[in-house]
Amino acid sequence: MNSFFERRYVIAGIFIILILTLLARLFYIQIIDKRYLLYAQDNVLRRVYQNPARGPILDRNGKILVQNQPFYDIMVIPKQVKPFDTLEFCKLLGIDKAEFDKRFQKAIKYSPNLSSVFEKQLTPQLYAAFQERLSEFPGFFSSTRYLRTYPDSVAAQFLGYIGEVTDRDIKRSGGYYHPGDFIGVTGVERSYEDVLRGRRGVQNLLVDSRNRPKGSYANGAYDTAAVAGERLISSLDLRIQKLGEKLMHNKVGSIVAIEPSTGEILCYVSSPTYDPNLMVGHDRGNNAAALYKDPYKPFFIRPIQAYYPPGSSFKPLSALIGLQQGIITPETSYDCHGVYWAGNHPVPCFHHEAHGVVNLSGAVAESCNGYFSMVFQRVMDQKGVKNIEPVYNTWRDEVAKFGLGSRLGLDMPSEGRGNLPKSTVYDKMYKGPNWRSSTIVSLAIGQGELEATPLQMANIECVIANHGYYYKPHLIKSIGDKEVIKQDYKEKHEVGIDSQYFEPVIDGMQRVVESGTAASSKIPGIIMCGKTGTAQVHGEDNSVFVAFAPRENPKIAIAVVVENSGQGATWAAPIASFIVEKYLKDSISVRPSGITPEYFMNANRLPDLGNYGEKLKAKPVPKDTLNKMGIDTSDKHETKSASNRKKNKPVQDKELAALTKQEEDE
Amino acid sequence: MSNTQQRSFFFNVDWLMVFIYLALCAIGLANIHSAMFDEKYPTFLDFNTDYGKQLIYVMVGVTTGIFILLLDTRFFSALAPFFYGITVLLLMLVLVVGRNVGGNQAWISLGGGFRLQPSEFAKLTTCLLLARYLSGTNIRVTETKSLLVAAAIIGFPMLLIMLQPDAGSTLVFSSLIFVLYREGLSPYFLILEGLFITLFVLTLKLNSPWFIVGALAAFAVMIVLLGRRNRKLMRTVGIGLAICISFVFCVRFIYTKVLKPHQKVRIDIVLGITSDPKGKGYNVHQSMIAIGSGQMWGRGYMRGTQTKFSFVPEQGTDFIFCTVGEEWGFAGSVVVLGLYLLLVLRIIRIAERQRSPFSRIYAYGVASVIFFHVVINVGMTIGIVPSIGIPLPLISYGGSSLLSFTIMLFILIKLDSNRMGIV
Repeated sequence: MNSFFERRYVIAGIFIILILTLLARLFYIQIIDKRYLLYAQDNVLRRVYQNPARGPILDRNGKILVQNQPFYDIMVIPKQVKPFDTLEFCKLLGIDKAEFDKRFQKAIKYSPNLSSVFEKQLTPQLYAAFQERLSEFPGFFSSTRYLRTYPDSVAAQFLGYIGEVTDRDIKRSGGYYHPGDFIGVTGVERSYEDVLRGRRGVQNLLVDSRNRPKGSYANGAYDTAAVAGERLISSLDLRIQKLGEKLMHNKVGSIVAIEPSTGEILCYVSSPTYDPNLMVGHDRGNNAAALYKDPYKPFFIRPIQAYYPPGSSFKPLSALIGLQQGIITPETSYDCHGVYWAGNHPVPCFHHEAHGVVNLSGAVAESCNGYFSMVFQRVMDQKGVKNIEPVYNTWRDEVAKFGLGSRLGLDMPSEGRGNLPKSTVYDKMYKGPNWRSSTIVSLAIGQGELEATPLQMANIECVIANHGYYYKPHLIKSIGDKEVIKQDYKEKHEVGIDSQYFEPVIDGMQRVVESGTAASSKIPGIIMCGKTGTAQVHGEDNSVFVAFAPRENPKIAIAVVVENSGQGATWAAPIASFIVEKYLKDSISVRPSGITPEYFMNANRLPDLGNYGEKLKAKPVPKDTLNKMGIDTSDKHETKSASNRKKNKPVQDKELAALTKQEEDE
Repeated sequence: MSNTQQRSFFFNVDWLMVFIYLALCAIGLANIHSAMFDEKYPTFLDFNTDYGKQLIYVMVGVTTGIFILLLDTRFFSALAPFFYGITVLLLMLVLVVGRNVGGNQAWISLGGGFRLQPSEFAKLTTCLLLARYLSGTNIRVTETKSLLVAAAIIGFPMLLIMLQPDAGSTLVFSSLIFVLYREGLSPYFLILEGLFITLFVLTLKLNSPWFIVGALAAFAVMIVLLGRRNRKLMRTVGIGLAICISFVFCVRFIYTKVLKPHQKVRIDIVLGITSDPKGKGYNVHQSMIAIGSGQMWGRGYMRGTQTKFSFVPEQGTDFIFCTVGEEWGFAGSVVVLGLYLLLVLRIIRIAERQRSPFSRIYAYGVASVIFFHVVINVGMTIGIVPSIGIPLPLISYGGSSLLSFTIMLFILIKLDSNRMGIV
């Protein structure tokens, strides 16, 4: 039967072709396509991350502001659980049997072979009792997690808080963060996130198709250990920070104190404040929601976000520019009759008090509105009444050098610029160049469109204390065990005023406290130079006081604002004096005037909610921040704040109009 | 008994065949050891493990092989109907008392953890009976009657296996078309089979039967116009066209109406119509990852993570080639497939040197069955053939399969050792 003999070649040929087809395909997936090795590694490699402890933050004297406290999660691997005394177990955790079964079923549903959290965040005390018995409960084990804890419950707005990362954070970090990680949301936690977070440790594990661990990959050759976050030393002084928060209790406002020779912020009070411990642990979401709803907005960081008219506290600056430009001398005098007429525009002194003939120091000491209006008009009209614009711009640039109208570059997020109007603002307001020195004369006494943050006000005091320069204010003194100080903070910022012009102004400021408006706040044994301000705002006046002390070799510059409380001398000045004394002498002496810190701590000066609420709603908290605090941000919030913004606009305009009419000060 | 046989039982034995056989068995043992490794029983000497068991099967196989060499060559031809009858009975029995494993009622329990898979032996006995029938005097495959009887011999066990249902083993029998072709079946059948496979793929992939019909018609018209315009050509082309078109519609009908969803999904995945690496396509996807990750030289013995950590299913049996590809790389794949190619080509060479038609026909049967198993099994693991569960000859774990292929090959070796005689 060999008639079909040649067919063997056909069959052999088919065999060869098909085997070669298989080999070609194998060649493709094994040699050419490189994806499969990656897929295989993806299948078996599990990266287990060890989160390092976040860096602690200390005050300038080494006192702890925030540190980490271990909390214990009870974990369970259902497959490894053997029969045990359930009742005892439930008793230790304080749950009932039904709850136990519910959680256990949930864990099984998640995965019988993987660990899942059974009970979250046991305190060390609760855990201690549990730990002794842990060996009786096979399949259960504990996992430590570090949370922030604040032993003194102070400086919430400075410290900020941490929260779980959002998808946006993950994207922005280029995949550094993983869902469930924590990140600084506000305050120093946010601005120093890179330093505080440390470096995450990675362990490469092998797992099988059911995710059961099968040992370490390459004997741990690619594993890295977690590195704890750096320790930060803050410039804050815990003593005066605590005192400041107590003094500002039940008041709305802010205290900022800076060491003039370094720019280190000593005191950073935003009131009302809150206990930062509220933003940690189980009830965080509820606490945050309650704080968010508080009409006085404890999350509002007043030292850098609140804008206040500086009022009379601006006068020293006004004088300095006049001196530098050569328009006035310290001997320039003015005869005050109680009202200054800028054109047909009256600028009355406080209570229409006539100061008589005053020179520069006297005008500062007496806070004579007329004197400074006169100086301002002379500065503005130096090139002719109608040629104000270039002169105004020069004046504005000189003011801006003190840090007004722009961010000082504090090492905290969300710093505000304040408001130092450009000439174009007036062009718009008066429909072209129709404004004169008399129109904007209220700027001379820190009113009108001028607005500054408490930080900017304190910074101006630093300039005066230093006779013409400041260092960038900052809240973190040094980073890490090596106490690294940023180069940026060692750089002097000159403001362009010759140092000899400061003395007459400082003389006046000394007299303010010795015998002037703030005489009741005089500190025995310390020469403090200050300036009160009673800034007109919507509602009752803001009480403002700025100062530095001692006069020779100043150690502290301070700005205090108590909203809607009345005169600067009544509220802000005493509070400032206590802080200064506490800082310089570590104690508070009995005052001849009889004022005591206790009186101020107990006083309630919370403004009437009627006009207060409106003002703050205009500045909505970013949605992102709300989400991180665990607050649901539906459209409600957004539309509300949007409509508020619209409503608020005419109110502001009216306010401005009102202000120009009733410019009066102490 | 001739004098030659008295000299030695191993006289005239084709040692290359024996070598390939032993090599494949050894490769199988090594890969099963790696794929199914159990830390509690690291050596082959514990029979709790699959590799321990496989070692027994290999030893049983070799013993059986030697025993076969002792038998008389006429024994196989003479008893072919008897063996065939037994396996058919077993195939019927398995439908009644069989154990259902993984959806197929294919096993008869033998006690002691061992079980028999009659369908594996059916391939062997069908080859024997087919060889016996076709080697008979006056039997011509070219004659319709003979062809029908041959088709019945092949078709009957096929039908019984289809009832289990075991699609893979059923399809194996279709490979015997090579035997019929060698014995004189019209090449049109082979061409038609090739054409059918092409049309099958195109029909499902393009999902527009009219386009294919149009293309086929245009092709037919072209052949008629270009070729010599005689009636015979036109008739052949006409019939071919009709068959092809009806096939296209049959495929569509079967695909949309007859196939169960899970079978459809398997076909879809291979044809690339859908990809579903998490669900139905998981096995093939993981298998391709295993093989692909081997790259040129493999990841090393016992170092394959895909198989070691059980990402690949059925790693000892149907997907054993994954271990080869992953741990020995492309080099290992070439060696294994090279051995198989060498085996089947050697069998063809042996077949053609037989004086006895029975031996020749049987040899082609063995070559076809082994070849089909290799192509389908390896093709499945690299995703070019639908997932059909058939073992890789001599390498996959499994006693029935190993024993069946061993007997197949040793009968051939025995027949070949007596190639000068006429059975």
